[in-house]
Amino acid sequence: MLGEDSPYPLVVTGVSGAVEQANEAARSLFHDGPAWLAEAQRGLSARLTTGREVLACAPVRGPIGERVFEAHPVWADGGHVTWLLIDVTGQQQAMETLQAERDSALSMVQAATELLSTLNLDRCLETTARLAVRHLAESALVVMPLESRQYELAFCTSEGEAGRESVHLDPLTIPGLNEALQGFPPVPVRWIDPALVPGQVLRGRRRGIRSAAVISLPGHGMPVGALVLLRHTAGFSPREEMFARLFAARAGTAISIARLYSDQVAITELLMAGLLPPVIPQLDGVEVAARYRAAGGSSRVGGDFYDVYPAVGSGRHSLVVLGDVSGKGLEAAVLTGKIRDTLRALLPLADDHQQVLERLNDVLLAGESLRYVTLVLAGVERRGTRVALRLTSAGHPPPMIVRDDGRVDVTTAHGTAIGLLDEVTSATETVLLQPGEKCLLYSDGVIEARGGPLGDEWFGDERLREELRRSVGVPTNALAEHVQMLALQWAGDREHDDIAIVAIGAPGEAPPAATGGPGP
Amino acid sequence: MKDDMEQYVEALRAAATAGDEYAAVKVAQDAHDAGVSLERLLLDVVAVAQARIGEEWAANRITVAQEHMATAVNEGVLAVLANTIDTTDHGPAPLKWRICVACVEGEWHTFPTRLLAEVLRLRGWTVDYLGAHVPTRHLIVHLHRTAPDMVALSSSIATRLPAAHAAISACQAAGTPVLAGGAAFGPDGRYARLLGADAWTPDARAAADLLDAGPLPRRHAPGPSTERQPHLASHEYALFTDRKPDLVRGALEELSRCVPETGPRPAEAPVLTAEDVAFTVDFLGTAVYVNDPELFVSYTRWLAWTLTQRDATPHALTAVLDALGARLTGLPHALNTLARGREATAGSQQAGESPEGEIPPRENGQR
Repeated sequence: MLGEDSPYPLVVTGVSGAVEQANEAARSLFHDGPAWLAEAQRGLSARLTTGREVLACAPVRGPIGERVFEAHPVWADGGHVTWLLIDVTGQQQAMETLQAERDSALSMVQAATELLSTLNLDRCLETTARLAVRHLAESALVVMPLESRQYELAFCTSEGEAGRESVHLDPLTIPGLNEALQGFPPVPVRWIDPALVPGQVLRGRRRGIRSAAVISLPGHGMPVGALVLLRHTAGFSPREEMFARLFAARAGTAISIARLYSDQVAITELLMAGLLPPVIPQLDGVEVAARYRAAGGSSRVGGDFYDVYPAVGSGRHSLVVLGDVSGKGLEAAVLTGKIRDTLRALLPLADDHQQVLERLNDVLLAGESLRYVTLVLAGVERRGTRVALRLTSAGHPPPMIVRDDGRVDVTTAHGTAIGLLDEVTSATETVLLQPGEKCLLYSDGVIEARGGPLGDEWFGDERLREELRRSVGVPTNALAEHVQMLALQWAGDREHDDIAIVAIGAPGEAPPAATGGPGP
Repeated sequence: MKDDMEQYVEALRAAATAGDEYAAVKVAQDAHDAGVSLERLLLDVVAVAQARIGEEWAANRITVAQEHMATAVNEGVLAVLANTIDTTDHGPAPLKWRICVACVEGEWHTFPTRLLAEVLRLRGWTVDYLGAHVPTRHLIVHLHRTAPDMVALSSSIATRLPAAHAAISACQAAGTPVLAGGAAFGPDGRYARLLGADAWTPDARAAADLLDAGPLPRRHAPGPSTERQPHLASHEYALFTDRKPDLVRGALEELSRCVPETGPRPAEAPVLTAEDVAFTVDFLGTAVYVNDPELFVSYTRWLAWTLTQRDATPHALTAVLDALGARLTGLPHALNTLARGREATAGSQQAGESPEGEIPPRENGQR
């Protein structure tokens, strides 16, 4: 045939698809033409003219023996097509390898994204087990040492069911586990007889399991645990081996980060517990509501504080304290803790505000801190349906009284801040709240909120007064919330200082008669 | 049963509007004693009564203070009902699923979230209720600490949508699916979809029904949000935000020039307050953010309507919009949106009717 001695295989296929001619190179490849070539010829037939033509069609690809060929239709004559065959076995293999590598890399990126999306330790352990099942094993177990032979286990079954439990475990009962838990120096994957994995760990999932692997999970230079994989087949393919190694490194890092974070959170919460705003106790015949927002987006404590102590001093009064330590953040918060403790110790003196302030001043001056505090003391006493207040301010913004008729009185209680001077002066003002009236204690974070429609105005005490005028009849708790909202809305997206608010109210008159439900 | 419900709703609404918490709680207790389930009490009595109070406020039939008081009373009723929920009496989700319910940053309407939280507790979810105005950073810290299966985020005011977007994407980056709800996301939830929420439901009942089947699946493909919103890629919203104080100031100056023309008016009662103008600018920015001029159009229609309610001509509004237009050079989306709003106000000047849509989009200071 034409091109008989061409080094490239050439074949001519007939209308039926059968090979009608083949050159020497082609004949050395096969006896009968491959089925995929016949298929391609039949596919072309409909488009062929009866004459002779040069074809510009896409090549087709298929196996011949153990190799892969690409068949290029070159020309056609009366429905017969001449094909040029090119061996593309190497290219095909390279493409397959590339695709597999891409898939593997993508899986790894996805796994890492999933692992690193949470800082929650429990979820991180579960995710590790889940991902191990998705990519490497029929079921998986993450072992993380806690303390004194206590271990946290996270498992995932082939059905994708994941869970956690804390168990007592002797790491020596699983071969290789102890070494893997040491973490450093790194140990290779250890294949063990699954029969050696204790039932406590397998929990009835032994069926179909033919092999088990123990893999160390290294963290940031610290061992964080080990991964036990249960598989239907023994041994990893080279690609699985690579994936397992990378996965173990990433999972170990993620667990180590989550563990550090969880530890930090636990410690912070423990230390901060005493600095958080307290739950307001119920006072007989007096409504008290409080709100607190620390400056900045992430802290829950700051330099403002409030406390409510029922029945202090001679026992007739309750004491409400609201204060503001100079400075912001954790450092200020630590000082609020000390001041609150000191005030608690001074409660027996609470009938005499001046004396409380003097003692507190002495304590602060004797301390190392150069910070000072402003505060308001409010002695609260129920008198029938009314509430008597004794208000003393130590350098603090003056409390405001919301009267029933819509007036807002600004108290004249004033005095010096505490912790600055040797002498403390203070004046105490007595206020009587009629039923439905309220007294608002607030920190300067409220009136010094900066923002508003123009972006750079102070909220200011005048605006606060105006808003309070419009809030006659609003219940005590709603008032505290409303004032907090106004200040924070005023600040908008800008930063604000710590904000503390305490509203003290005389309960409104009991309604004359129930408005009446539909009744049974 | 339906008539009974209506009776309870009206009785509760009346008691709440009168600020009578005792009577309000009694209505709820009577209904419960008469065999109304807790869930129906929450969804078909308390929620409906609260919605009516909102309508009364919107129609100017009660004052802001009355609305506050009524809402506070209703929240009190919610709290009393919540205390009677027996969490050992499991709903479809026997406490194995955990959800975090929160209002987005700057959102103070807690009532819908509180209601959802209680209904989900009734259905057996473990609920962490974080309340009003939850800064996104607080929310994320909470997610890492407690690892809930879901987050339910609420926003009632459309101007909080950019903040909602930040919260939604942050929660998803922390591996937690987000259910969005609240009037801000549009009556059909279109903005929830736009901002990439995993799901949206129109109300608490629909949310609880959806979640009966369990948490939504986690997604782990944190892609850049600009894929969904090509206009964000042009940074127009960011440029707009930078100009916001200037826009408000300029519009206020214009307003002070044109007010005398509309007739003598006491200085303490301006036609449009600085807050009104700032809110208008916020709405314009939000419409640019979500690439939907209709959002701004419906807002300006509503504002024009409230002006007629205040016996003012919408002239001041037109002046404000023109003043804004003069300061928006280089921001084509904002200019286009503004033009659409201006057309709408011009068209609605004659019509004295309330614009469609039951809930006005404006901040009413309600909790």
